[in-house]
Amino acid sequence: MKWEVVIGIETHAQLATVSKIFSGAATAFGAEPNTQASVVDLALPGVLPVLNRKAVDCAIRFGLAVGAKVAEKSVFARKNYFYPDLPKGYQISQFELPVVQGGGLTVQVGGGDAAYEKTIRLTRAHLEEDAGKSLHEDFHGKSGIDLNRAGTPLLEIVSEPDMRSSDEAVAYARALHGLVRWIGICDGNMQEGSFRCDANVSVRPVGQAAFGTRREIKNLNSFRFLKEAIDYEVQWQINEIEEGRAIAQATVLFDPDRGETRMMRSKEDAHDYRYFPDPDLLPLVIGADWLERVRGELPELPQQKRERFQRELGLSAYDAATLTASQEVAAYFEATVAVAGAAQAKPCANWVMVDLAARLNKEGRDIANAPVQPAQLGGLIQRIADNTLSNNIAKKVFEALWNGEGATADAVIEQQGLRQITDSGAIEALVDEVLAANPGNVAEFRAGKEKAFNALVGQVMKAAKGKANPQQVNALLKKKLAG
Amino acid sequence: MINKSLKQLGQALAAKDISSVELTTLFLDRIARHNPELNAFISVDRDRSLAQARAADARLASASVAQPAAPLTGIPIAQKDLFCTTGWKTTCGSKMLADFVSPYDAAVIAKLRDEAGMVTLGKTNMDEFAMGSSNETSWFGPVKNPWDMAHVSGGSSGGSAAAVAARLAPAATGTDTGGSIRQPAAFCNLTGLKPTYGVVSRYGMIAFASSLDQGGPLATSAEDCALLLNAMSGFDARDSTSLDRPPEDYARALEKPLNGLRIGLPKEFFNDGCEPAVMAAVEAAIAEYRKLGATTVDISLPNSHLAVPAYYVIAPAEASSNLARFDGLRYGYRAPDYDGLDDLYMKTRAQGFGAEVKRRVLIGAYVLSHGYYDAYYLQAQRIRRLIAGDFAAAFTSCDVIIGPTSPTTAFKLGERTADLVKMYLSDIYTIAVNLAGLPAMSIPCGFADGLPTGLQLIGNYFDEARLLNAAHRYQMTTGWHERMPEGI
Repeated sequence: MKWEVVIGIETHAQLATVSKIFSGAATAFGAEPNTQASVVDLALPGVLPVLNRKAVDCAIRFGLAVGAKVAEKSVFARKNYFYPDLPKGYQISQFELPVVQGGGLTVQVGGGDAAYEKTIRLTRAHLEEDAGKSLHEDFHGKSGIDLNRAGTPLLEIVSEPDMRSSDEAVAYARALHGLVRWIGICDGNMQEGSFRCDANVSVRPVGQAAFGTRREIKNLNSFRFLKEAIDYEVQWQINEIEEGRAIAQATVLFDPDRGETRMMRSKEDAHDYRYFPDPDLLPLVIGADWLERVRGELPELPQQKRERFQRELGLSAYDAATLTASQEVAAYFEATVAVAGAAQAKPCANWVMVDLAARLNKEGRDIANAPVQPAQLGGLIQRIADNTLSNNIAKKVFEALWNGEGATADAVIEQQGLRQITDSGAIEALVDEVLAANPGNVAEFRAGKEKAFNALVGQVMKAAKGKANPQQVNALLKKKLAG
Repeated sequence: MINKSLKQLGQALAAKDISSVELTTLFLDRIARHNPELNAFISVDRDRSLAQARAADARLASASVAQPAAPLTGIPIAQKDLFCTTGWKTTCGSKMLADFVSPYDAAVIAKLRDEAGMVTLGKTNMDEFAMGSSNETSWFGPVKNPWDMAHVSGGSSGGSAAAVAARLAPAATGTDTGGSIRQPAAFCNLTGLKPTYGVVSRYGMIAFASSLDQGGPLATSAEDCALLLNAMSGFDARDSTSLDRPPEDYARALEKPLNGLRIGLPKEFFNDGCEPAVMAAVEAAIAEYRKLGATTVDISLPNSHLAVPAYYVIAPAEASSNLARFDGLRYGYRAPDYDGLDDLYMKTRAQGFGAEVKRRVLIGAYVLSHGYYDAYYLQAQRIRRLIAGDFAAAFTSCDVIIGPTSPTTAFKLGERTADLVKMYLSDIYTIAVNLAGLPAMSIPCGFADGLPTGLQLIGNYFDEARLLNAAHRYQMTTGWHERMPEGI
């Protein structure tokens, strides 16, 4: 039987506010335990929550960025359960009326010829507070509680079950991760837990309309784990069904060391959270003024930029998507094009996506800290465009710029004598020299061995110390050999 | 001094006829003498109170005609033990918080001390977590009614009411979720005011039912309540349900004649559910109001009979969640022996809460449960809107609604602890006011078999000044409020 995979993702994005969602305590990561917990975060008797407007700004930004409805009225509700890292015994969240309703995210799945675009619909996004942390090490049989994280604002973003493979799930998660950083509402630091995903996974026979029973994989904090967990879970579910066992609704955890998912709790253990509107907080009312102010502060969104790169710069959908993975990459690319000229957009894209990316990757740097500035790269690309440099020599110039051997491409070319030879007389002299010195290759070529031609090109380039214009060398060689 | 109004005490202090230390000592001595029998106070700290009195005396000494001290400076006040206080324990009448000292002060506490210059006399007994109508659910034992020691003082602000009635304090704070200021005021011959929801900050008030709780004063007269409300009220950004309105002087209209005041008499409050002796006192008060120039109009609050059932869904629902924080982990009581986390929770809460609290937490969890939420909680919220609508309609034809505060006078200690429905019906006339969020008062209106009876006055939103005016004019001509229990 052929199986179809159905995936929906819930994402918790910590919002990049200075203070907590319902108290004035700081949200900075990594402080000494319990030093960033106010009387409100500790849930002392008598304390009350006050909503942080900045957290609402973040939710509105997100809603506008995904084309969702930003609710004029939304309601905070209490989600009741007991746990040591939940000091009030309830989490303030949104239940029936979330602040962001609907919307969608168009993502690029895969690369190369197999790449395709897909729009993942969003169900909702709502504001809530994070819990504290239970620390199970270092306490000799007891658990420690750190309430620094308690009350950190979260936006929980819930997708529709629109993804049909782990690749689509990862593409969605990456696009969402890029977007929340793009609009400045989340730092996206997955190690620190600023962006964590839960995946709801089910399978069904291809062609069946009804969904299979889903299991939820909790707290996936890397894209790799997201993919591995889903792939494992899908195979597990298919095996179960094929061996005649039904899937039971459950929450599972992914163990990255063993590459397996394992049961956390079954549906029977599920809490009854006894949601009800929080009487300490009034309904959140977002008027047109508030909405318009936030809209005015939004940067050009990745989707808009993608479309513009395709329309105005003639980039492919894949290139446009890659270059809009983050604000930093897009800004770097645009600054490069600004120097090199719009006509060089495609070479600019290639340099940023391939050469620069590889070099950054090698050193583990991010683009904001690239030693080669966009203006320098743009200048380099100009020299390729005007035939001053061949692509090969350009790589040398790039390396020189990376190592700080010159302020501009022109300076490096001048200092290191890397200017391309385009004088056809000079190239012709070199070609003649090589043909005379390599009669064997010439004979082989004439006997039909194409490879011999490449050897001759190589000899000419060698004689020119790599600086001869390759197109001219090719053309002259062909002409002479034919003649 | 123990029979002077707050205004008179303020004048005596300003004129240096008495110091705050002397006045505070006088009341502390009375507490020391009478509290063992009355059980009105849970915590008294003589040194701490006197330190506040010395600070008040310093303020009075540095006051001038150009810069007078605040009018209540140096006057002692008793605080209900659910207002968080640094220094004194804040127990909420519960074993769960029997040794809890708050690291911060409630908004009301800080305002009364820092802005008004008042002196905290101690923390008063109350029903556990304000859940009760007789002060018999307190972990610290019941409070006795100074008018008859065999009777309850009412609840949940029973300690505050008994303290003021016995003149162990010139005034006290209370809180009112379903009648917890007004009913004890009625039982102890006091004037009590529950303000419009949102007028007094709830910050630092240990929550029972957040959407119903409201702090207010308990005193011997309407005038005193007006002065206290001036000091207690005001916008507080730390309470999201606090109302951001310009400050007002609640005493501004006290003396206004009542000519033309339209008094609404809801037929649902004048039925045979009320004891005849109480009803007779209420009828006499209405006659007095007519003499004072008011007119009466018959009105109806047709959904009144739904108020108690709706309240006993909404209040426990909110309480079940509000009290979840008392888990034995961070503060308060923790069971001495437990096996694992769930056992710690269960034993701590089983041992730390009393029966009435547990009952309401269970009811609350039940009505919020999956499958019951719509039938109970949402239905109760619908009733709440109907009740608010009843009042809105009523106030189109009247200015103030009058009726009994409670259907009986103070009942005997132990009389109703086994009959909870009867206990809950003690608040039958007061609860609808909390559901609607309206201001209301109880004022003394006579006696039945030696026990005080209370007259309830209900106003429209923010009409506290009009209520206080109606209460004050009545008190100027009747004098019931000046009666004191004998033997104390």
